[in-house]
Amino acid sequence: MLNTASLSLDQAPPISIPFRFFITAPLFGLAAGLLLLIYGPSLLLTRWSPMTLGLTHLITLGMLAMVMCGALLQMLPVLAGSRVPAVVPVGKTCHLFITAGTGLLVFSFITGGDSANLFGLISLAVGIGLFFFAIAVALLRVKQVTHTVTAMRLALVAFLITLMFGLLLGSGVLGAIGFGHIAPLVDVHLGWGLLGWIGLLLVGISYQVVPMFQVTPEYPMQIRRYLAPAIFLALLIWSVLMLGVIFNWFSAIVPRLWMLLILPGYMLYAVVTLRLQRQRKRRVPDITMQFWRNGMISILLGVAIWIAGNVSEVIANSPQYHLLLGVCLVVGAGLSLVNGMLYKIVPFLSWFHLQNRQLSLMCMTVQVPNMKEFISDKAARLQFNCYFLSLLFLFAAVIKPAWFAHLAGLLFLISNLLLFKNLAMAMSRFRATSQALDEYMIDSKAE
Amino acid sequence: MTTITETMASDHRHCDEFFAKAEELIAEGSWEQGRDAFKAFHDATENHFTMEEGILFPNFEQRTGQTMGPTQMMRMEHTQMRQLMADMEAAVTYEDEERYLGLSETLMMVMQQHNMKEEQMLYPMTDQVFAGDAEATLREMKML
Repeated sequence: MLNTASLSLDQAPPISIPFRFFITAPLFGLAAGLLLLIYGPSLLLTRWSPMTLGLTHLITLGMLAMVMCGALLQMLPVLAGSRVPAVVPVGKTCHLFITAGTGLLVFSFITGGDSANLFGLISLAVGIGLFFFAIAVALLRVKQVTHTVTAMRLALVAFLITLMFGLLLGSGVLGAIGFGHIAPLVDVHLGWGLLGWIGLLLVGISYQVVPMFQVTPEYPMQIRRYLAPAIFLALLIWSVLMLGVIFNWFSAIVPRLWMLLILPGYMLYAVVTLRLQRQRKRRVPDITMQFWRNGMISILLGVAIWIAGNVSEVIANSPQYHLLLGVCLVVGAGLSLVNGMLYKIVPFLSWFHLQNRQLSLMCMTVQVPNMKEFISDKAARLQFNCYFLSLLFLFAAVIKPAWFAHLAGLLFLISNLLLFKNLAMAMSRFRATSQALDEYMIDSKAE
Repeated sequence: MTTITETMASDHRHCDEFFAKAEELIAEGSWEQGRDAFKAFHDATENHFTMEEGILFPNFEQRTGQTMGPTQMMRMEHTQMRQLMADMEAAVTYEDEERYLGLSETLMMVMQQHNMKEEQMLYPMTDQVFAGDAEATLREMKML
């Protein structure tokens, strides 16, 4: 029998739960911008410098994972029809531990502090571990398993695998037992993080939100059915092949060639998404779509860079190659998609919660702002332009760090300042209207 | 056999088209045509609501004995959307483009979510519950 309870919307968590994740993200973005502004070129010399790793984790954990966790807690009841158990305490605890863990981990990357590293890893293990269990319970309870739910389940497993490898690498256990082959394990960690957790989650969410935001046709059935499981399976095999390299069973070329099988999956996703967006019925200019288009093009660019690195030894051996790839996938694709989504989720949630209250109070004297009154197009567009400029300058900074690194940091800082301002304004409008409704309720009770 | 799910989902797409057209015209500042397009959208949506509230939901409730379940939730969302459409109508009257576009963005999100829930859950449920009578119910709705 179909699940009727999931049609009801009152299972959505209080708005403060997702909001706390969303508003934290630009703060980590500010820290990343500040780091790059101050230390500039030294952050863009090699992917292996601790400072660069710190910068990377500010964005991947502090921004991408942060927003994704908040969004998942919020959207699961709507997209999958399943409630997250004890969502308020779970949401608060996860947010606290992931925020503290990210801060401590990055601090230890930058300063080399051992205790910060230890506490950072413990916090992240607690925060992400709890998140994994809460979401896993919700996803296992889903009665009607859609393709989005399947992709979410796989993404969640990928998140856990990413965490495991991260803990293994960060704890120094491997070094202590004299294990020298750390580099391939770092690749496995980031492969699961980017192509597994973030990538699969975005793919799964796209099936629902691209047609919904833009009024486009659905993704083709074959893609919805096979893409996410195929990518997940390919990642699993790739990880085994990477282990094979570590134990010298065969040469490093084998997993590299295998990766060329995973990439077309994301290429297909990007091309299909761009095509769907071209077929959209809703033609008015839309900032979220601009962010998404930028993200899809970045995926394609990333694939192109990857292929170039596999064709030419010169490119593969240059330190810029991996940095360029990182900027492309993390800032160009991941961050763009997440940033764009915030401009739909935050205004909509604000409107939705207030409107529900207004209806239940039958209050016609307090007006609920519409979505664009929470975040105006003008403010969102300005931030997009800043973000886009910072992306261009980040690319330039990878090629010529001495010239562009500081400037890229400054632009990234401004972009996140604007994002923070836009989100904070929406939240303050929410609070003001919510208070007006409170007053109405008190007044009407007094009468 | 035509299912309720297919018929009603295709009516949703129909409303989407009117919606997108009105929004596009108004964003261009073509109020003359925009007004007509909005009216076409408003009428089509109201007609869809009437089919559901007049025939589909009551019949479903009668057969399942559920009156406070999913149909009640759908009715509440209709109220939300009616309120937004009334505000949009006022924005059309005053030719307030910014307000219209803010409201239409909001309505689009509510509408798409609402449609998703109906198409993925409620309509398949009605097809299941009505079984052989589904086509008769559809005929009845079309007479409205």
